Amino acid sequence: MARVSNTALLQQLIRRDLRVALRQRSEFLNPIIFLLVVITLFPLAVGPSADTLARIAPGVIWVSALLSAMLGLERMFRDDFRDGALEHMLLLPCPVELAVLGKVIVHWLLTALPLLLISPLLALLLSLPMQALPILIVTLLLGTPVLSAVGAIGVALTVSLNRGGALLSLLLLPLLIPLLIFATAALEAATYNLSAAGPLAMMAAFLVLALGLSPLAVKAALQVSVN
Amino acid sequence: MWRWLHPYAKPEATYRLNKKLLPWFAWPGVVLLAVGLVWGLVFAPADYQQGDSYRIIFIHVPSAMWAMGFYVGMAVAALIAVVWQIRTAEWALMAIAPVGAVLTFISLFTGAIWGHPMWGTWWIWDARLTSQLILLFLYLGVMALYVAFEDQRTGAKAAGILAMVGVINIPIIHYSVYWWNTLHQGSTITQMVTRLEAPTMPAEMLWPLLVNLFGFLGVCAALVIMRLNNEILRREVRRPWAIAILKGGQ
Repeated sequence: MARVSNTALLQQLIRRDLRVALRQRSEFLNPIIFLLVVITLFPLAVGPSADTLARIAPGVIWVSALLSAMLGLERMFRDDFRDGALEHMLLLPCPVELAVLGKVIVHWLLTALPLLLISPLLALLLSLPMQALPILIVTLLLGTPVLSAVGAIGVALTVSLNRGGALLSLLLLPLLIPLLIFATAALEAATYNLSAAGPLAMMAAFLVLALGLSPLAVKAALQVSVN
Repeated sequence: MWRWLHPYAKPEATYRLNKKLLPWFAWPGVVLLAVGLVWGLVFAPADYQQGDSYRIIFIHVPSAMWAMGFYVGMAVAALIAVVWQIRTAEWALMAIAPVGAVLTFISLFTGAIWGHPMWGTWWIWDARLTSQLILLFLYLGVMALYVAFEDQRTGAKAAGILAMVGVINIPIIHYSVYWWNTLHQGSTITQMVTRLEAPTMPAEMLWPLLVNLFGFLGVCAALVIMRLNNEILRREVRRPWAIAILKGGQ
């Protein structure tokens, strides 16, 4: 059997997962629509005054992003677990961590990229000051891969459970609180025209940490779940 | 390491070790806790600023410290369970979790009671308080994940991985007070140790606190040991050695 290089295998995995996902579009579009609906609820609940909205916008956007991510996470491993493809993934002739990274990348492409694309719309809806928009995009760019990577750990732990949904949020949201703190701190600094470099640097550190370490935890968790 | 750990992979050996260790934790723990509480709550001098209400420190600080300490202990048990596949370590992990969760709750509860007269509010979203609350959520997550699995072995393994992931939170708790440093006062004991020439806490207050610290450790470790032994007996109830112990009533 000819040896396949790791990068070629990773590309194949990503292409395959993207193709599967694009055939069931609602699965990854629903969380984004959910996000839009939640964002719409806030002005209705707290009043449409632009001042109030601008003040709560960083928190609202990030909390909604976290909650909508919880909705879409499950599908990262669930279908593969049910039809047995996950066992094959663990048996691939490449490091399992690499395959996990592929899963994380696909999840990021499917959920975070649309979020990034509509983020100017979200800023507009919540009257976030325009100078904060680039920072919003940067926090999303730095934060959403952490969300996918840490989320993969939770999904891998709960994938063999029938009703893992609520449990998944209980496991993951506490772990993601530091992310929320620093993302909103960066946005608030930007709203008041202050430098957001500090919190952004922390988020970049989280990103490195999460991408580097989470595949190891995901691998261990998958082996427990599949066994 | 392996030679040292190996015998305790056998539940019976762990059970017997626990039986031997239990009195060494339980009795000093109870005595120290009784002495420390009476000393701290009755005899220690009142604070010149906070009056008598500072006395809750004798419960608040030990519970907060061991809440974190037991989490690390739980993660160590999880590491042993994952690396060497030792079943008794998995049981130890699940024996520690509820004790640690209760300690975390006690520290939050006493903190709220202390905060009300001192800061004028039951709760403030200060970094340290928030991290302690996150710690409680982590404990609850570990326990919830464990019971969600039908197979207890799988549940313990999954909970162990979560505990190890959550241990990242412990340094965040520790350094948060330096990162944000809002309302919460700095750590009393480390200030005492690092500034020996000018300690921030007088000895009459520090001693009962230290006594309480070890009292809490003794009592909570004894609770963990008792929980672990219960679990061992429950799992091994069909084994001859367990039957002999249960029938012999020892």
